[in-house]
Amino acid sequence: MSDAKRYVRPYGDTTGDGMIQTSFTLPIPFGPKADGAALQLANKMGMDPAMVVHSNPIGDDFTFFVVYGSVKHLVDLDEVKVVEREYPLLSPSEVNNTLKKVLRRKLVVVGGCIGTDAHTVGIDAILNIKGFAGEKGLEYYRELKVVNLGAQVSVPELVRSARAEKADAVLISQVVTQRDAHILNTQEMSAAFREAMGDRRPLLVAGGPRFDPLMAGELGVDRVFSRGTTPGEVASYLVHAMQAKRGVAA
Amino acid sequence: MALLDLDPLVVAAARKLAARAAEPVVSLAKAHTTVAVERATLRLAGITGADSTHRAGDVPWVNRVIDTVREQCGLEHGVVLPAFHALREHDLGSLTELAEATAAGQIQFKIPTGKDLTAARKASTSAVAKGLKTVDRNKTQREKLVAKWGDPAQRPWIYLIVATGDIDEDVVQAQNAARAGADVIAVIRSTGQSLLDYVPEGATHHGFAGTYATQENFRIMRAALDDVSKEVGRYVRLTNYASGLCMPEIAVLAGLQRLDMMLNDSMYGILFRDINPIRTFVDQRFSRQVHARAGIIINTGEDNYLTTADAVDAAHTVTVSQLLNEHFAHEAGLPDHLLGLGHAFEINPKVPDSFRLELAHALLARELFPDAPLKWMPPTKHMTGDVFDGYLLDGFFNLAGVLTGQSILLVGMMTEAVVTPFLSDRDLALKNVRYVLNAAGSLAEDFRPSPDGLIVKRAHQVLGEAVDLLERIVDDGLLNAIADGTFGLMKRPADKGKGADGVVEKAPEYFNPASEMLEASDV
Repeated sequence: MSDAKRYVRPYGDTTGDGMIQTSFTLPIPFGPKADGAALQLANKMGMDPAMVVHSNPIGDDFTFFVVYGSVKHLVDLDEVKVVEREYPLLSPSEVNNTLKKVLRRKLVVVGGCIGTDAHTVGIDAILNIKGFAGEKGLEYYRELKVVNLGAQVSVPELVRSARAEKADAVLISQVVTQRDAHILNTQEMSAAFREAMGDRRPLLVAGGPRFDPLMAGELGVDRVFSRGTTPGEVASYLVHAMQAKRGVAA
Repeated sequence: MALLDLDPLVVAAARKLAARAAEPVVSLAKAHTTVAVERATLRLAGITGADSTHRAGDVPWVNRVIDTVREQCGLEHGVVLPAFHALREHDLGSLTELAEATAAGQIQFKIPTGKDLTAARKASTSAVAKGLKTVDRNKTQREKLVAKWGDPAQRPWIYLIVATGDIDEDVVQAQNAARAGADVIAVIRSTGQSLLDYVPEGATHHGFAGTYATQENFRIMRAALDDVSKEVGRYVRLTNYASGLCMPEIAVLAGLQRLDMMLNDSMYGILFRDINPIRTFVDQRFSRQVHARAGIIINTGEDNYLTTADAVDAAHTVTVSQLLNEHFAHEAGLPDHLLGLGHAFEINPKVPDSFRLELAHALLARELFPDAPLKWMPPTKHMTGDVFDGYLLDGFFNLAGVLTGQSILLVGMMTEAVVTPFLSDRDLALKNVRYVLNAAGSLAEDFRPSPDGLIVKRAHQVLGEAVDLLERIVDDGLLNAIADGTFGLMKRPADKGKGADGVVEKAPEYFNPASEMLEASDV
């Protein structure tokens, strides 16, 4: 794509129309004044012109709005920074074959939900043989040994298990985000591994729907996976990271 | 109505197998007590409050007493004998005073004998009877209020969750939800409470993704719902969770504060919280006896299996679990009308005929348990964050619910897996339910699945698979089946898991007035 566009705006039904829709609730009683207030908010959000296409009361003190309108903003694609996948996607058999060649033993993965988080849905989607989005989980891979510690694993317990199992990689999942629990827990975890094992620590991978892959440095982990990650992506990353590690060591 | 033409012999065989599978576990439950059962008993006997000077934070007095009794004379005789003996020996006015003296190191507990034993039995029996009387009074009070304000006008009852972490905010949300049409309010507990081996005290304002279950929080919310019930002219029910390590205690607190429904599953703690299987079965039995006494509807957790396993492949494990939950509940004295057996709309919407399969599974549950207030739970696993898609899926979930005559409908949120619901999300979700009820509430009348169509065939197939699995469980033993990962793909050996050290084998002289009175009230 040599003639890739640099500037874009939202697309309703005509290029460049900038149309978006949004909905929100204001803590004021339903009525013409409420609609006016919604319009003012939409304008301040950069929607101009904006149309309050629907409003209805929720109880006596709240009003719900649906607003359509055109935004003035332009997106500058050159300024968009994201983590692009830095590794090739491999099939399960490619993962197995590469690991066999590189390690000549099984790669050990220890995973769990740390802190008080009891939502194992994320870690289970990645680890359980059942998998996610039509892909089998890591337990399915012949050359991976998976130890799933489940929910509410304490950080010391995780470090202990990682050491006992001689883990190559540690996967932690965080779903609950109230009061930044996911960030604090992950930082505590990476600090504990640094302290306990220094450079010999396993690869640390954090996953959860509210994580941003750009946060790896801040969290002290090697890689962050966000919403929609599939087991195949994680397995491919592990292969890539092990190859990189071996490359340095050799 | 019988649309599926299930073979009564197969159904009877399935029930018999469930009873056989459960039998060894029931014997095990009768032969053991746990720290939680003993704490629940003392709570019935009137102990309240917490030790706020303890360095670990607020430790409930009941935990201090149980831990000390266990240390000094073991729990195999039950806690009431040493506790009530000490009470008399030291001439203390209440169990709370006993707890204070225990914390101060002034009490040396021992198992009484002779006359002392008779006195301790008598005193503890009358204290526990007083607690049970409060539970009975609450049951009568509920019946009175339902008669006065009325039940919801329609089935299914509309069940809505609040989960702010702050009981005062919960009250605002719950009252608004009731005004908007909710018939049942569930206050989700803080993440992690199931693994606390004590019940926190007082009104709480900082939970994680939920609000702590405490006796005071129960009282505040029930009072708030009484207010709003009067306003909306129907009795709005309150739900909480008797699960985790404090199942029996929470059940007692629910009975003391007139909660109306409690989540209570026979295997959920084992499978999803890695709680020791024996601990769970002992705690579960006692907690269900308390629920039976309190007239509380239990809600079982079969929806959980489908979030970890595939909803089509694992459909029969739901049926098996329902049959086991039913048996354990009957055994503990719960009648059919208090059995909110669970199931869920969790089939991948991309599977061809997914809606027809959902109808088959939902109808199967309905016809297997015609007198149970079945709890129908919304899609969570396939809610993607595309709220528009999710809203449609919830609409189909609602339709399946009314079409198959479900009793309690947990309202699905289009923002499931995205954020805790906005005020507007809840409003839209209720609008979705109201539309479906209004447009198709009586559609069941016209709904006759073809006798050799997919729905009927699928229901028979699932029942057949359930019978096969039950046969294997009977051969293998339920505890082994759990250890092997039969349910929800989780492997849980009987000697592992959290809370195992809280299980105690009863001595022949074990005495627990609560258990005796609860066994006696079983029908």
